[in-house]
Amino acid sequence: MSEKAFIIQSSPHFQGKDSVPKIMFIVIIALLPAVAASVYYFRLRAVGLYVSCLAACFATEAIFLWARKKPLHSLWDGSAVITGLLLAMTMPPTLSLELAVIGSVVAVAIGKQVFGGLGHNIFNPALVGRAFLQTAFPVAMTTWIPPATLNVDIMTYATPLGNLKFEEAVIQGTLTPIKELFWGNTGGCIGETSAIALLLGALLLFFKKTIDWRIPTGILLALSAFTGIFWLAGPDKYAPPYFHILAGGLLIGAFFMATDMVTSPIYSKGTWIYALGIGIMIGLIRMFGGFSEGVMYSILFMNTFVPLLNRTFRPRILGDRRKPS
Amino acid sequence: MKTKTFPHGIHPPEGKEPTAEKTLEFMPHPEKVVIPLHQHFGNPAEPLVKKGEEVFLGQKIGEATSLFSASVHASVSGKVLSVDGHNHPLGKPVLSITLANDGEDRVRPDWEKTVDPFVLEPDQIRQKVKEAGIVGLGGAAFPTAVKLTPPKDKPIDTVIINGCECEPILTADYRLMMEYPDEILRGAELVRIATGADRILVGIEDNKKKAFDLIQQKTAPYSAEVFLVKTKYPQGAEKNLIYALLGREVPRGGLPFDVGVVVQNVGTAKAIWDAAKIGKPLYERALTVSGNGIKEPKNLIVRIGTPFLAVTDYCGGLNEDVNIIIMGGPMMGLSQWALDAPVIKGTSGVLAWTSPKPVAEFACIRCGRCVEHCPMGLVPTQLMKYVKYDQLTGAEDWGALDCVECGSCQYSCPAKIPLVHWIRLGKNQIMSQKRKKSA
Repeated sequence: MSEKAFIIQSSPHFQGKDSVPKIMFIVIIALLPAVAASVYYFRLRAVGLYVSCLAACFATEAIFLWARKKPLHSLWDGSAVITGLLLAMTMPPTLSLELAVIGSVVAVAIGKQVFGGLGHNIFNPALVGRAFLQTAFPVAMTTWIPPATLNVDIMTYATPLGNLKFEEAVIQGTLTPIKELFWGNTGGCIGETSAIALLLGALLLFFKKTIDWRIPTGILLALSAFTGIFWLAGPDKYAPPYFHILAGGLLIGAFFMATDMVTSPIYSKGTWIYALGIGIMIGLIRMFGGFSEGVMYSILFMNTFVPLLNRTFRPRILGDRRKPS
Repeated sequence: MKTKTFPHGIHPPEGKEPTAEKTLEFMPHPEKVVIPLHQHFGNPAEPLVKKGEEVFLGQKIGEATSLFSASVHASVSGKVLSVDGHNHPLGKPVLSITLANDGEDRVRPDWEKTVDPFVLEPDQIRQKVKEAGIVGLGGAAFPTAVKLTPPKDKPIDTVIINGCECEPILTADYRLMMEYPDEILRGAELVRIATGADRILVGIEDNKKKAFDLIQQKTAPYSAEVFLVKTKYPQGAEKNLIYALLGREVPRGGLPFDVGVVVQNVGTAKAIWDAAKIGKPLYERALTVSGNGIKEPKNLIVRIGTPFLAVTDYCGGLNEDVNIIIMGGPMMGLSQWALDAPVIKGTSGVLAWTSPKPVAEFACIRCGRCVEHCPMGLVPTQLMKYVKYDQLTGAEDWGALDCVECGSCQYSCPAKIPLVHWIRLGKNQIMSQKRKKSA
């Protein structure tokens, strides 16, 4: 018995059950209701986008891991799947599949792998891919069609936010009804239209404590406060805060993109600043910017501050006599 | 009553059921004991005996060399077989005295009994504790006499008796509280007298309600109060327990003295009483032998120097597929490469189990769970990165030296990064740099 060798390892010898693939898996499950809704509303166009984005993201990830001589088990951490899903969900239904593939390659290659792979990127990879497409192919990225469920045969169709911004929907009284926003029976990026489906997924993330509750809370609070002030001052000119929350990419952004662990702050104070910043930026862009939607740029903008926030707002060490930052 | 606690921390599986209700058993003494001269925090002791000499049970065989050192005593009576290097639970050979047990437990003739230890002067208590070679029995093995000697400018008002036993699986402290409550409280009273404190607070985790009830019934003669604290790891870590019970924060780099507190483990309190009352040196201790690789898990009182193999054999032996042996608890214990290392004063448990295949390590996804759970308010992932890329100044600036190595960060890390290993490495490097500078 005494000759038998045992494993030598550093303490602790107990290990919690959570793991990176498990966390990613929960996020994927949480996205499924919205994926299902997008397929329901946009049919084969949605399916095509999902297949191309997932395949392209996965392949790009594999090629980079292989070229960088990194362990291939990282392929199964699930992050490429999430990037592919999120990217597809934020694409307009009309987008051609070649562009979807280009966006996916940019998302994984430029958004993540050039920084050193999972955990090292500064920006949310899916949003990098989307920002690239938006800049390079602005027309393709803003050509909208009505959902298949509307059964109307028109070539173009405004998103609720486009309608608000460029068609003076409040004054004209043509604001998209809340009920349509809630169920998702409206124009927009394929995965962003159905509020109920996104909220179902968000519920799972909260329940599993996968995301930091402060981020969506902060974003929703800031956006509501910002748009609420204008609405209270001029309800005949401005859209109400709940419209801003339910329309466009706010929910998918607040619950699934801003909450990306890698690109959001680590501790609470910085997290609040990050979240409130995103909310205010979205309000600013939507109401005073050149675009009708501002979720993508707001998140990317606040992503840049994360290293600074992490460095500035450190937790207080027990017994530290200095004033906490 | 509202249970007290500290912020952050984790809830690992407790695993105390197999041994919680098993009374402490005196393990039969082995034929041979190996007593290392270095079993404590600080400098090793000097050997006092030579090969071939006869020793009594409890005879001092190693003399403390300085303030931060502790004497060691024979744990059996018999003959000195050798004085040389022997495998130690820390993993490297340490000068040790091997004794052949004559099985008679012949006691040192000059054991100094005291009729009423409560009339002893503080200095006398300290002297008895030092003579008995007592060190903290919670695991860190800090020489107790030092802890009983607060600096003149730091008045002590509170003695905390640590009955948390927050490490999973271990139940030896719980058994001590159930079976020796009077000795523990009397020992606590001696600590109070020695440090000039006004009161004694006993902290017990609320998964040991029975021990709490029992000790509470017995506090009357002493100025002691018992508190239930929340079952949460690391509730029994000195600085966290002080915060939980008193709301005081030990300053960074400081000692409990700095906030007027002395903390003693329940086992140490009992040892102090035994030393003062019957002059008994620290030659045996309570420990838990458990884990699902042990056939008959037990709580034992074991002579110091008993090889782990003898301990596990007494508990029915190991299951065939055991591949990991831990001295101490699962969160902070030391893994052993062989079973020939002996039980030392800091051995709170001997655990064995079959470890599943090590899980693959992923990249840090900055989820912040290590930060969320660190009881010291550190950023383990940042410390890990500093150490990994040799930026020791950064690591020190971000509080590497404040880390108590409790393992809460690594336990909660979904990427399975060996955070404690990296931080420990960083601490070692920072300390050796400091030594070089001062040398």
